[in-house]
Amino acid sequence: MNPEHILARIEERNPGVLESHHIAYDGMLTLITPRQRAWELLKFLRDDEVLNFHFLTTLCGIHYPDDQGRELCVMYQLHNWPKKVRLRVKTFLPIEEPHIATVTDLWATANWMERETYDFFGVVFDGHPNLKRILNVEDLEVFPLRKEYRLEDGTRTDKDDRFFGRTGNEGRRFD
Amino acid sequence: MEIQSYITSLDSLDGELATLNLGPTHPATHGIFQNVLKMNGERIVSAEPTIGYIHRAFEKLAEHRPYNQITPITDRLNYCSSPINNIGWHMTVEKLAGIEVPKRAQYMRVIIMELARIADHLICNSVIGVDTGALTGFTYMFQERERIYEMYEEVCGTRLTTNIGRIGGMERDFTPAFHHKLRDFLKTFPNRFEEFNSMLERNRIFMDRTIGAGPISAERALSYGFTGPNLRACGVDYDVRVMEPYSSYEDFDFIIPVGVQGDTYDRFMVRQEEVRQSLRIVQQAYENLPEGPYHADVPDYYLPDKPDVYTKMEALIYHFKVVMGEVPIPQGEVYHAVEGANGELGFYLISDGGRQPYRLHFRRPCFIYYQAYPEMIRGSMLSDAILTMSSLNVIAGELDA
Repeated sequence: MNPEHILARIEERNPGVLESHHIAYDGMLTLITPRQRAWELLKFLRDDEVLNFHFLTTLCGIHYPDDQGRELCVMYQLHNWPKKVRLRVKTFLPIEEPHIATVTDLWATANWMERETYDFFGVVFDGHPNLKRILNVEDLEVFPLRKEYRLEDGTRTDKDDRFFGRTGNEGRRFD
Repeated sequence: MEIQSYITSLDSLDGELATLNLGPTHPATHGIFQNVLKMNGERIVSAEPTIGYIHRAFEKLAEHRPYNQITPITDRLNYCSSPINNIGWHMTVEKLAGIEVPKRAQYMRVIIMELARIADHLICNSVIGVDTGALTGFTYMFQERERIYEMYEEVCGTRLTTNIGRIGGMERDFTPAFHHKLRDFLKTFPNRFEEFNSMLERNRIFMDRTIGAGPISAERALSYGFTGPNLRACGVDYDVRVMEPYSSYEDFDFIIPVGVQGDTYDRFMVRQEEVRQSLRIVQQAYENLPEGPYHADVPDYYLPDKPDVYTKMEALIYHFKVVMGEVPIPQGEVYHAVEGANGELGFYLISDGGRQPYRLHFRRPCFIYYQAYPEMIRGSMLSDAILTMSSLNVIAGELDA
């Protein structure tokens, strides 16, 4: 089952569900879908007898602060065990209104994964049975894995991270 | 069915149920876990786990560390088998940087990882024994674990939080003392392990306590994202070492044991057999240990020899660059999974070409399967719930990251 087959099958059964697609650096097919159709695509990938992406390996958030209107990304990684194929589904959300449908009705394991993503990125999974913080304290007011929150106290003067390249991920290259 | 209707009838009598806080610190939970239980006498009606007591923001920390400094963070995930986490992380970076590790280093890694799996399973299974009232086996198996820790010490200098290996291979070759200790271990461990096994495997009291305690069906386990021994106890033979072999696992002959009922006894039995299989892998890898270098020739990532750093300009420059994290790293997304002692341990790494990851997400098997715990203990006795938790081998470090 190669990427062309997967894409053709999705296009045949669910036309227009994909925004775009690409092969990631590690060779894994990555599907980008609008958030309104993410649940539909994931359900199709799970239930389709040919594709059979039955296992939700992991789910996590990513923050791209410079990408206007698409600041938050939710990444689902699926796995078809019999065929040994992995696949990523990504969907992007605006940070002002970070809502997406829950997939807890498709996989029980999504429950805590979505709570973790909410806890760290503030993504609201509509329809989640128990969406509250899981690893951080309940009265925390921020979503700590967003890029604007510094690792250490920003008022400290005894450590100047500029000399150690720790001011951020500016995408420097060394070659 | 009978239990289900029993619980439903209890729910309507909500006012008469007792609330019991199991944890956060409780000697029987072997770690900091809180479960708020609703009890009807000794039966559990519902459970609400609270986690995060030792959360240390590993994913945030990782965004502020050069790649080689992230290895000590991975030590503290599943600290019962740190080497598997360390080596899994090295392999993730090697996948990103496109480093081919020499065969000898791969076999050395296999030996270390399988020893770690044995150590982890020994703790889990002997603790199941303790929770059923059999302390003796535990004291003997801890001596065996101690011998494994002594071997770690020869390879990396530390015992618990190992920081073993380096990006590109191993930090040093096996020392003569390591060879001696490993040969001794391979010779004497099987008999001692079988002694431990014979204490519990067909022990009437142990069987009565564990058979049928905390069962889960294969279907529910898959929906809950189970991997590793806990999934295999339900009869699903998924193992990353076989599905997507890494570090030359395809060279070794071993079987994947599976259970039937997915209860505490099956989880115990699967881990027992996995110890024997891991031992087989160690034996094969050690007997066929190839000659050659123990690390790849990648001066950009691998620290030069210390005497060279003091005497040669080139080595000094590379040493400085590696230590300060000034290493070339491609942009891209990588997922790499290893078979941790508790299941598929995955590293999802996004690099923007900077000195530290843009995002690093750990797929932690404990975190994923512990959410099934309330469902597994509903309707059971409190003492069975304790056993179920130890047989799931929930490690707080991996659970909370």
